[in-house]
Amino acid sequence: MRPFATALAVAVLLAAPCAYAPTFAADDLTVTIKDHKFTPSEIRIPANKRLSIVVINNDPTPEEFESLPMKIEKVIPGNSKALVRFGPIAPGRYEFIGEFNQATAKGVMIAE
Amino acid sequence: MLGALIIVFREVLEAGLIVGIVMAATRGIDGRGRWIALGVAGGVIGAAIVALFAGAISEAFEGAGQELFNACVLGIAVVMLMWHNAWMAKHGREMAAELRSVGTSIAEGQKPLTALAVVVGLAVLREGSEVVLFLYGILASGTSGMALFTGGVLGVIAGAAFTALTYFGLLAIPSRHIFTVTTWMITLLAAGMAAQSVQFLNAAGTLTVLDRTVWDTSWLLSEGSLVGKLLHTLIGYTERPSEMQLIVYIAVIVVMALLMRLARGTSAPRHKTA
Repeated sequence: MRPFATALAVAVLLAAPCAYAPTFAADDLTVTIKDHKFTPSEIRIPANKRLSIVVINNDPTPEEFESLPMKIEKVIPGNSKALVRFGPIAPGRYEFIGEFNQATAKGVMIAE
Repeated sequence: MLGALIIVFREVLEAGLIVGIVMAATRGIDGRGRWIALGVAGGVIGAAIVALFAGAISEAFEGAGQELFNACVLGIAVVMLMWHNAWMAKHGREMAAELRSVGTSIAEGQKPLTALAVVVGLAVLREGSEVVLFLYGILASGTSGMALFTGGVLGVIAGAAFTALTYFGLLAIPSRHIFTVTTWMITLLAAGMAAQSVQFLNAAGTLTVLDRTVWDTSWLLSEGSLVGKLLHTLIGYTERPSEMQLIVYIAVIVVMALLMRLARGTSAPRHKTA
């Protein structure tokens, strides 16, 4: 059973840094979800910078804020908000969606 | 309804692939059905609990709780997969030789099952919690919810069918080679999971060094497409990997190979394999 115990110990050790997270000053970037739509649906962001955006979900249902090109993937429960950190990204247009309501929840970020 | 089916199917796909591979990798080990079922059941219960506490998890650690949670879940799965491959390197030969009944090592054979049951449980938990939240959202919103909900349930069934397809596809491999194939698949699976874990740590703000994008192959194969998503799970395909993701991906493969060589060395000193 020794090797298995070792593997478990390693797993726990690896998990230890997870208990640490640095504090971030939230930027002014904000996007609000209401009736499965984003406001604003077009957001201008600085390119090549680490960014954070506050996503406020004013719907009672959960939503997944997602953007493949910007590597964002975050579940936001109903009637709550979440801080999403991302970047740096190259200049360009990047789409984001609400994965649970893709028909209406769409938006784009323009990095410049 | 079709939309819901597709969304749920895509979420279930990753866990489904992993379960299929694990089932093929444990072929011939007594009691594996029970362990894998236990892993799936544990994962489903875990998914419901995670979905229930999604708000609390999200707000933990300065709002990075969700990312850290995902990173840890993936990290633990990687270690379990490494341990499994090392175990198989040590005992795999005798197991392949007497596939029909592994009477001699029933007690031993339980060990990789524990590790793989954990992997299955974690995979189901991670993907499942999103499915639970999505279906809950549909149910809670009421309007035309039933058709969407049916779509969602059908999506889960389609995912399960895909698991069966993976499993029987792998069974078509002659039993002499099956452990070699599953060992490689598990190695790449682990490397991909580790790279994914790096991305979550980056999003959490814990690991932000070497975060430049190495290449962009989104024009060639989008990670959002079905093939892209399958390859993402199977070999860790990422359309825009960061430097750190690439380093960790390669490191996991190297460490895995070293561990397996070490394990093999202790079991059969006379057969010095290259």
